[in-house]
Amino acid sequence: MMDFLSIKNIDELFEDLPPEVRIDGLNLPPAMDERDVENKIREILSKNKTFYEMPSFLPILKPHYIPAAVYEIVARQEFYTSYTPYQAEASQGMLQALFEYQSVVAELTGMDAANASMYDSATALGEAALMAERIKKKGSIAIPSNISYRKKAVLKNYVEGAGIRIFEMPYENGLPILKKFDGSAIYIESPNFFGLIDDRKEIIENASDNDALLIFGTDPLFLSIFNPPEYADIVIGEGYLGNPMNFGGPLLGIFTCKREYIRYMPGRIIGATVDKEGKRAFTPILQTREQHIRRGKATSNICSNEALCAVSFLAYVAVMGKNGLRRIAIQNEKNAHYMALQLEKIGFEIPFGKKFFNEFVAVSPVNAKKLNENLLKKGIQNGLLLDEIENGILYGVTEMHDKAIINNAVEKIKETMEEIE
Amino acid sequence: MMAKYDEPLLNEIEEEKEEKFEEIERKELNIPNLPERQVMKHFIHLSQMNYGVDTGFYPLGSCTMKYNPKLLQRIASMEKINFVSPLQDESTVQGNLQLMYELEKMLCEITGMDAFTLQPAAGAHGEFTGMLIARAYFEWKGERRKNVIIPDSAHGTNPASARMAGFNVIEIPSKNGRVDLDALEHVVDGETAAFMLTNPNTLGIFEKDILKIAKVIKEAGALLYYDGANLNAIMGKAKPGDMGFDICHLNLHKTFATPHGGGGPGAGPVGVKKFLEDFLPLPRIKKVGNEYKFDYSSKKSIGKVSMFYGNFAVLAKAYTYILMKGKELKNASEKAVLNSNYLMEKLRKAGYDVPYYGRRMHEFVISLSDLRKKGIRAIDVAKRLLDYGFHPPTVYFPLIVEEAFMIEPTEDENKATLDKFAEVMGKILHEDAELLKNSPHSTPVKRVNEVMAAKKPKLTWKDLK
Ligand SMILES: Cc1ncc(COP(=O)(O)O)c(C=O)c1O
Repeated sequence: MMDFLSIKNIDELFEDLPPEVRIDGLNLPPAMDERDVENKIREILSKNKTFYEMPSFLPILKPHYIPAAVYEIVARQEFYTSYTPYQAEASQGMLQALFEYQSVVAELTGMDAANASMYDSATALGEAALMAERIKKKGSIAIPSNISYRKKAVLKNYVEGAGIRIFEMPYENGLPILKKFDGSAIYIESPNFFGLIDDRKEIIENASDNDALLIFGTDPLFLSIFNPPEYADIVIGEGYLGNPMNFGGPLLGIFTCKREYIRYMPGRIIGATVDKEGKRAFTPILQTREQHIRRGKATSNICSNEALCAVSFLAYVAVMGKNGLRRIAIQNEKNAHYMALQLEKIGFEIPFGKKFFNEFVAVSPVNAKKLNENLLKKGIQNGLLLDEIENGILYGVTEMHDKAIINNAVEKIKETMEEIE
Repeated sequence: MMAKYDEPLLNEIEEEKEEKFEEIERKELNIPNLPERQVMKHFIHLSQMNYGVDTGFYPLGSCTMKYNPKLLQRIASMEKINFVSPLQDESTVQGNLQLMYELEKMLCEITGMDAFTLQPAAGAHGEFTGMLIARAYFEWKGERRKNVIIPDSAHGTNPASARMAGFNVIEIPSKNGRVDLDALEHVVDGETAAFMLTNPNTLGIFEKDILKIAKVIKEAGALLYYDGANLNAIMGKAKPGDMGFDICHLNLHKTFATPHGGGGPGAGPVGVKKFLEDFLPLPRIKKVGNEYKFDYSSKKSIGKVSMFYGNFAVLAKAYTYILMKGKELKNASEKAVLNSNYLMEKLRKAGYDVPYYGRRMHEFVISLSDLRKKGIRAIDVAKRLLDYGFHPPTVYFPLIVEEAFMIEPTEDENKATLDKFAEVMGKILHEDAELLKNSPHSTPVKRVNEVMAAKKPKLTWKDLK
């Protein structure tokens, strides 16, 4: 090949690099063979504790069982090695899968349309705020003051460039209250950051009275047994189904909306069409919203998204089916309520009542920080300490937490409380 | 090469019985109940209608479709990663923290930057993060700088990211396929926040005036931003940090083989020079003695750009890849550049036009505008390639080349594949125009009607009823 190019030395191909910046190689270890690499990484990762080694009751991103079939599906090289399906004829598999994903999330959220994913629920919130601003142009958004600080921090970065102000609604009994608000959008969550199911009537009315869009954050598993927020304009969430926790990423930002707003949507959208011979086919559509065509005026800068996580989500829903989803959702709810009851029995308070799905706040009768520290020594990762509530702990409980795990944990909690007192 | 099925949608497959659940609020839910056997068949059929890197040659320019070593997959499916929550106590995730800490150090070595954040989820997300850092930096300095300059050859995400961070975008024309220094000097002023550049650029040409460019930017007090999409050309040969770049993002799904996932997830770490380190997103990872810790202390930080610490499973794959290659990353870049120049010469011999002809780095762009005389567009040639079992190159990008074909063979292809591709391209040049315009002929579906798809958008299976 070098002969064909009439060069003697590979460096002749790098002649355009100014001599001042040329280097000869990197200060990295020599190449390693596969087995050595695997061993080295195993050794590093052995310092982690998994859910199976240390039961955990952390909220937000929780452990869920993932059927073996889901792993097999997303391990197909045709899916995971391929690029964004721009060449439709060579990508019908991915395109149909994403179309099915869009169908499933739109069904769950009660919306008409979905995009093929955002990075995570926090960036989905940021993008939803920007989209609402494109539609309403009023320069502000209201959010509950009790959402995760992570989402708040991301939202702030997403909206600052567009000059959107954020108004934080105070809360009463764990639920946001809003008197009057004249902005582009109101964001609410159910289940919310405290795990509560919000019946949200006033805020919904407020949004429609004031011509603000309603952005609704929710949970896909919850939606298999609870009514979808059909009155919302944009529904977002974390698409954790079928996707392992992976220490927090990759995640899957669900983004769905009403039909009238699809041209304002961020991200890639897959549509159904036909081929030259009239056979059903799928293709990316409405691409003139996207950065590769609209550049600086695109609805978003997103290019690579979380497509394979969307396929995992779809595969999970397909394997579980409606029956399976509902069974799991009911187990989640039952286990969480069982845990709350057991905690109450040993002196915890459940400050916001029992209208929750699989996360809830409990107030520890002893110093919560100390409690968590001591429990960790006993091999239990207790729930998340809340800054906003003294000795408040946010618990996350799923189908993975069967009675034995809960009973054992509650016993250890009781034991630890006695040590602290 | 790809199988053809009339694969039904999931909701069209024959259903099993619905269970009755007492006392649930939601009555209607149109999600099918299917036996696992049917589900598996469905997805295997779908996968067989998709072209992957292991299927064949995938010379998609700008995307670095290199081979994805299978160990990366194995590592990413380990329980020690899958079943770890991001909120666990630091003492129980020391392995993950160590991996991230070491990956940051490796990326510093490869790029010549001083510090990295691994938080951004993709390249464009990294650009956005970089622009937020630029904004925070100038706010902290008390300077009002509202413009970001971008060459007309840039990827669409560059202007889109700069706009999202609140900057005005000024586009400058290229000259002979490179940054036009005069045009740059003409627009740079005290309001310039940054100049975003890909090097080698999207034509695969190295910006050899890079040190002069850096000087112009520096003298104006602005920042130089590196879009690292094309890092695969220069690993072990030069570092963006040495060229004067202040901020850079990498696409781990490109250069470090993590793969593309049919569109994602990727990872877009951002590196900066020392003077910008405090502006990086939180948390940072610090090593104290033998322990790794999250550090939330920087007051100047831009805060957060995603929920947790980044796409960790993707980061673990990149780490695996870098360990496997080590010093030989340099050989990867050399081979990628050799393959690209070889294939470019082959295609020129076959009769294709290479605008701004000269040495190329890891990719090159040809123009098919001569074919327009015969009524043939680049897209027709692209579709025809599918009949020969090749995935087409990137088409119609960069925008500064008419009827562009952007070709990136990567280091992992052998000479036989490149020869075969060149031979087929030569053959297509002499094929009948109608044959091309009606292609592809052998794929799971024929040419897809995109115009109709846009007119009355069908976005979910409900719309097909
Ligand atoms: C030159 C260039 N810059 C930026 C990007 C954006 O990267 P991502 O798709 O990871 O967001 C791409 C991806 O196609 C690219 O080719």
